Amino acid sequence: MPSVSESFRRKEGPEKLTGVAKYIDDYPLPGCIHGVTLRSSIARGVIKNIHFDPAFDWGPVTVVSAKDIPGQNYVYLIEVDQPLLAEHQIRHAEEPILVIGHPDRAKAYEALGHVHVEYDEWDPVLTMEESLDAKRLLYAADNVFKRIEIVKGDLDAGFALADFIVEEEYRVPHQEQAYIENNGMAAWEEDDGTLTIMGSMQCPFYVHKAMSPLFPREPDKIRVIQTTTGGGFGGKEEYPNMIAGHAALLALEAKRPVKIIYDRHEDMLATTKRHPARVRHRTGVRRDGTLVAQDIDVLMDGGAYVTLSPVVLSRGILHATGPYECPNVRVVGRVVATSTPPNGAFRGFGAPQTLFAAELQMEKIAARLQMDPVAIRRKNLLREGALTATGQMLRESVGASTVLEQVLARSRFADKKKKYARWNQSKRRPSWRGIGLAAVFHGDGFTGGGEVFLRSQARVALSPDGRIRVDAAATEIGQGTTSILAQIVADALEVPYDWVEVETPDTSKVPDSGPTVASRTCMIVGALLHRAAKKLKLALLNAGAHWPLGREAFERAAARACASRGELDFVEEFEKPGDIEWDDVSYRGDAYGVFSYAAMVVELEIDKLTYEITVKNVVTAQDVGKAINPLLVEGQIIGGTSQALGYALLENAIFDRGVMQNAQLTNYIIPTTLDTPPMDVTIVEKPYSKGPFGAKGVGELPMDVPAPAVAAAVYDATGLFLTELPILPEKLCQALHAQEN
Amino acid sequence: MKVLRPHSVDDALELYERHPDAVPLAGGTDFMVAWNGGSENGRLILDLSALASWRRIRDTPSMLRLGALVTHWQLQQETLVKKKFPLLVDACATIGGRQIQSRGTLGGNIANASPAGDTFAPLAVYDARVRLRSAAGRRKLPFMDVFAGVKKTHLRPGELIELVELDFPKKPARQFFRKVGTRSASAISKTVAAGLLWLRRDGTVRELRFALGSMAPTVRRLYSVESFLLGKKPTPRVVKEAVALLEADVDPIDDLRSTRFYRMEVSRNLLRAFLRSGS
Repeated sequence: MPSVSESFRRKEGPEKLTGVAKYIDDYPLPGCIHGVTLRSSIARGVIKNIHFDPAFDWGPVTVVSAKDIPGQNYVYLIEVDQPLLAEHQIRHAEEPILVIGHPDRAKAYEALGHVHVEYDEWDPVLTMEESLDAKRLLYAADNVFKRIEIVKGDLDAGFALADFIVEEEYRVPHQEQAYIENNGMAAWEEDDGTLTIMGSMQCPFYVHKAMSPLFPREPDKIRVIQTTTGGGFGGKEEYPNMIAGHAALLALEAKRPVKIIYDRHEDMLATTKRHPARVRHRTGVRRDGTLVAQDIDVLMDGGAYVTLSPVVLSRGILHATGPYECPNVRVVGRVVATSTPPNGAFRGFGAPQTLFAAELQMEKIAARLQMDPVAIRRKNLLREGALTATGQMLRESVGASTVLEQVLARSRFADKKKKYARWNQSKRRPSWRGIGLAAVFHGDGFTGGGEVFLRSQARVALSPDGRIRVDAAATEIGQGTTSILAQIVADALEVPYDWVEVETPDTSKVPDSGPTVASRTCMIVGALLHRAAKKLKLALLNAGAHWPLGREAFERAAARACASRGELDFVEEFEKPGDIEWDDVSYRGDAYGVFSYAAMVVELEIDKLTYEITVKNVVTAQDVGKAINPLLVEGQIIGGTSQALGYALLENAIFDRGVMQNAQLTNYIIPTTLDTPPMDVTIVEKPYSKGPFGAKGVGELPMDVPAPAVAAAVYDATGLFLTELPILPEKLCQALHAQEN
Repeated sequence: MKVLRPHSVDDALELYERHPDAVPLAGGTDFMVAWNGGSENGRLILDLSALASWRRIRDTPSMLRLGALVTHWQLQQETLVKKKFPLLVDACATIGGRQIQSRGTLGGNIANASPAGDTFAPLAVYDARVRLRSAAGRRKLPFMDVFAGVKKTHLRPGELIELVELDFPKKPARQFFRKVGTRSASAISKTVAAGLLWLRRDGTVRELRFALGSMAPTVRRLYSVESFLLGKKPTPRVVKEAVALLEADVDPIDDLRSTRFYRMEVSRNLLRAFLRSGS
């Protein structure tokens, strides 16, 4: 029975369901000490003195500072500007200064209260606008971490053709990943000198690479193991490098295993969030709705260090036009430094920010033209053969109009819009009702030459007793990696799903198949495994096996094929597809191998007494190429939609002097089950020739589409065009009051 | 953490008298959050969970006596509470989730004195009385006199809440409860309103009680609004004047959860809707 397209049970599901699965804090680690982090209480300045209270019993305590780092004091990423521990200069609040270890966790926390840091405090730079002013310099000569420009056609000529020019500014805030398991990491040194790191993470090889400069040793003397991970959403892409470094440093100093487990408050205060952004649109459009010029300015807040900001910006500007074709485009993107904790990876990675602006801009244009928001989208939507802003020709797998037509039909969009307009006419109704639409695209895999640069590898191995093992660094973080990779390999080998095992991501056991990010696991790693499995099957055929195979026959064939060696394995490495060209300097060419597409209709109701917004119904269609496991795909879509509804309506990170004020889940409001509306999900499959069984990506796509649909529905319900997220009842109340007066 | 766990009321009162700095622990739903955050490290705990007699709900012909350790969940199950004090039941159903409702207690909720205590607006309009016990004796406080400010009460050192008394009210013409929180469930309130209205046969107001929570350091009865409406018919013009008086009784703030402007606007809307709901 083929596995692909079946909603098979998750490989790791029963263990999680029965509580057998072990998260990092569940490992006892005999003799371990607990590490806690002393963080800066100021946003910017220098450390003058660190004072240890002599009244406290420091005997059982181990303290490490920047001076104890055997190698270089930086957390390796795109640049090397971020120290593992601040030695002199403080660039954001909650910046790590010391790591303190104690055998008793409560005592370790208590010790924190007995360290007093004296600072010379400098004025911080807290907003993007302040940063652009460059009155106080945080980075280079202009505070700009990265500037990227995309140019297509002739912008001035485009505007000259326009009948209307529509301008607007949009803003989106921080967002917390709010994975259910907080960050946590353990480290120790083995007798043979191997530095072992174990914990909650998305990218074991990122952690591996980050350890080398800090603790110089041979690569095989560093081992990184992923434990069962309670969610990531990008929040465990880069920050685990930092925690791993802290744990390892303390372990080497104390010569004992170390565990560092963040509580929710520390996790929310100190670790990364989605980049806030300001996006300005100036669009030239013909009377019939044809786009002729898009001039877009994207500004993002990177926080205090470079971290992943240049790539977040890159993905942001590559999606800034929305899923539309326009002959004349300029997108200017800048990400700037501020004295706030670094922002980082989060599901969507820059795209939700710019797509919110792009889609709401379409609503604004439609309103200006007094045109149906559906008609204007139909007119400009990407289709096969279209050229994107970077000049990429979309040769295949373009589901944009299919997903749009699906949601319009399934939601009865036009009828409902009329119905709600009638409802809203009566003053006696207790509520306003509205319906809104959005459509998006999402580039799958790393941007531009990223995949070529990564040169990911993945392996399928067969042992003489017939065990089939998948070796990949792709992590299971709740999204179903283990299951879908096994399904792909099972079908490539034409064997049952249950025969395929998936190795735990452990850098000493699996090849580097790249990070678990960018909606790339299924499409990129899955394709490598598909090829490797095909080769394995060929080897078995050559050794005389005949399909279909029963279990016993398969074991005999395996024994024969493995005869002269212990294991038969095939490693596949990513190769640049011949027809993909990208120039990172001019930002021209094929930005992504392929795009996924989604459309959504949101219906909502607003209470006239309290301005509370209730999403009543969501209809969405998403083109993922091929759903390897339809139930898991649906789960990604429903979960991602909920997370994005939180972004749109609830989540409001409040900062004061660079410190998050509501860094607990009591006051940082994420949606509960009761905030989750019914969802009608349609999976559209426009196959991609280079994906396994035609699969593209789905992980990030659902995060892109709900926010602009919500804003459009609020506009439909109230006539208020709100350009800033989140759309809180407080903002509606204020805006309605202003509208009345 | 050191914990004292008395098994009788007398032991509890005696221990509390000897250790007036101890933290009386009922359901602990708010205390555990503070303790986890490190702010209550080293505190001596007076665990009241073994005082079974304080878990009871008893009725007399004229009133209901709710033991201090009655949980929010228990209150929602009790037939007499549901029948006579539906606003209190509605309020309990909005507190946290099922787990919190099963642990959190009425007495703990009151003694904790959060400005956002969700049972307070109903208790205020039901004219509850709070009975206090200490080793020195008993006393009774009207519910509105319990609170001194944010997280502060007028309880004396060594004094514990024993029970809450609620007189059975005459059937009101209209009653109202609404919590406006930050989301659909497990939310802290931005404003919470409870109202009871009795009308004379001619449609004029015999008595109005309306209370708002989360709108000031402590729960507030809208005495100005209530007395203004006495003997008047709630016509649109009268209601408009009454709503304008709301500002005299409450003084909300901007905080992490909401804004003063929103809280005022929504409270006015809720009051207006309640007063006009019969017309």
